[in-house]
Amino acid sequence: MQNLFNRLKAHFPLGEITEQRENLAFITVERAQLRALLLHMRDIEGYTHLVLLTAVDWIEDGQLQLTYLLNNRAEARDVGLRVLLGRDGTVMDSIHDIWPTAETYQRELREMFGIDFPGSPRVNDDFALEGWVDIPPYRRDFDTLAFSEKNFTHRDGRETRDPRQHMKQKLYPDGGA
Amino acid sequence: MKDETNNDANTKVPMRDELKKRVIKGPDGFEFEVDPLRDYYCEEAPKEHPPIYVKIVEDFFNWARSESLWILGFGTGCGAIEMRPLMTPRFDAYRYGIQWRPTPRQANLLIISGYLSVKTLKRAIRAYEQMQSPKYVMGLGSCTINGGMYFDSYNTIKRLDEYMPVDLYIAGCMPRPEALLKGFEDLKKIIRSGKAEGANHYAEHFERYKENQKKVILDWDMPDYNW
Repeated sequence: MQNLFNRLKAHFPLGEITEQRENLAFITVERAQLRALLLHMRDIEGYTHLVLLTAVDWIEDGQLQLTYLLNNRAEARDVGLRVLLGRDGTVMDSIHDIWPTAETYQRELREMFGIDFPGSPRVNDDFALEGWVDIPPYRRDFDTLAFSEKNFTHRDGRETRDPRQHMKQKLYPDGGA
Repeated sequence: MKDETNNDANTKVPMRDELKKRVIKGPDGFEFEVDPLRDYYCEEAPKEHPPIYVKIVEDFFNWARSESLWILGFGTGCGAIEMRPLMTPRFDAYRYGIQWRPTPRQANLLIISGYLSVKTLKRAIRAYEQMQSPKYVMGLGSCTINGGMYFDSYNTIKRLDEYMPVDLYIAGCMPRPEALLKGFEDLKKIIRSGKAEGANHYAEHFERYKENQKKVILDWDMPDYNW
């Protein structure tokens, strides 16, 4: 993995590398470099398969992280390329022309994280939700409990117990000497 | 209420283009008007059909109804998995005269088998409304009762009886097929005692049910009643 990092470093400015396992590493890259890097990885390094495209909301840092996980089948290795974007009005370049599957991921990210991918086919269509009007639900400032309590009717009589305390009470009612 | 389906200003979510009323030019140059929500559905609200015969005749009817339960094969959530052993030799619900049908027209029992997302709720309502009266609804598992483990989900409803009349709940997460068999026997008792009047309840409180449904289904793009 370090070899790959050094080879890439010769062509692209790269951020830090996190080596998760022998065959899995994550590299932080600039948004401007991403497209060239993906093409380089696909055509020259043999990372021909886009495993997934997903996002992480680092709300404390005010950033959204996109992870492009690529797989090299011949060498059984995975590399994740991380791109950090601002949280407000996030727009990212579409890569559906490099991997057509990205179209579906981008539709999902548009709906769940509110990241726009201009030019991606059907990106504004409903993906899993229908008629959603609140902020995108996977953003961490979305309060799912408050939303559920506001919108869905509640039935009284629901109790919540701490599992540890409850089982202790049940198994050792006298305190368990 | 009649105009609400076609009025964008009343709903926050705009109506999809293909559902809007529009003029279409046919291949032969003939122009005609299409209103997808009105053209293919009946707008008549459901009517109540209260028991009108003497008790002994109604009891006979109810006995007959209780012995012909036809389930709509509509699975939501994880409970649909429990219905597979139920309709195969392991538990064999057919020996109780209970069978599954593929379309709402041929079924009279709708089992909501677990959590209902808002998106599925829309389909479940359509399926329920397309079924013939008398019809019954069973809610399976804690999700349909009070939300269960999805009590804080942004996309699942917490009480099924707000949106359609429920005759019987079966508690559990998930209830085993044995619990369902017991539930069927209980439902038969309810029907025989003449208390399974869900369809009439729905017709009577139609406005309230529609109001509740429209509160959660924001992109209401179907007629109010679509049998």
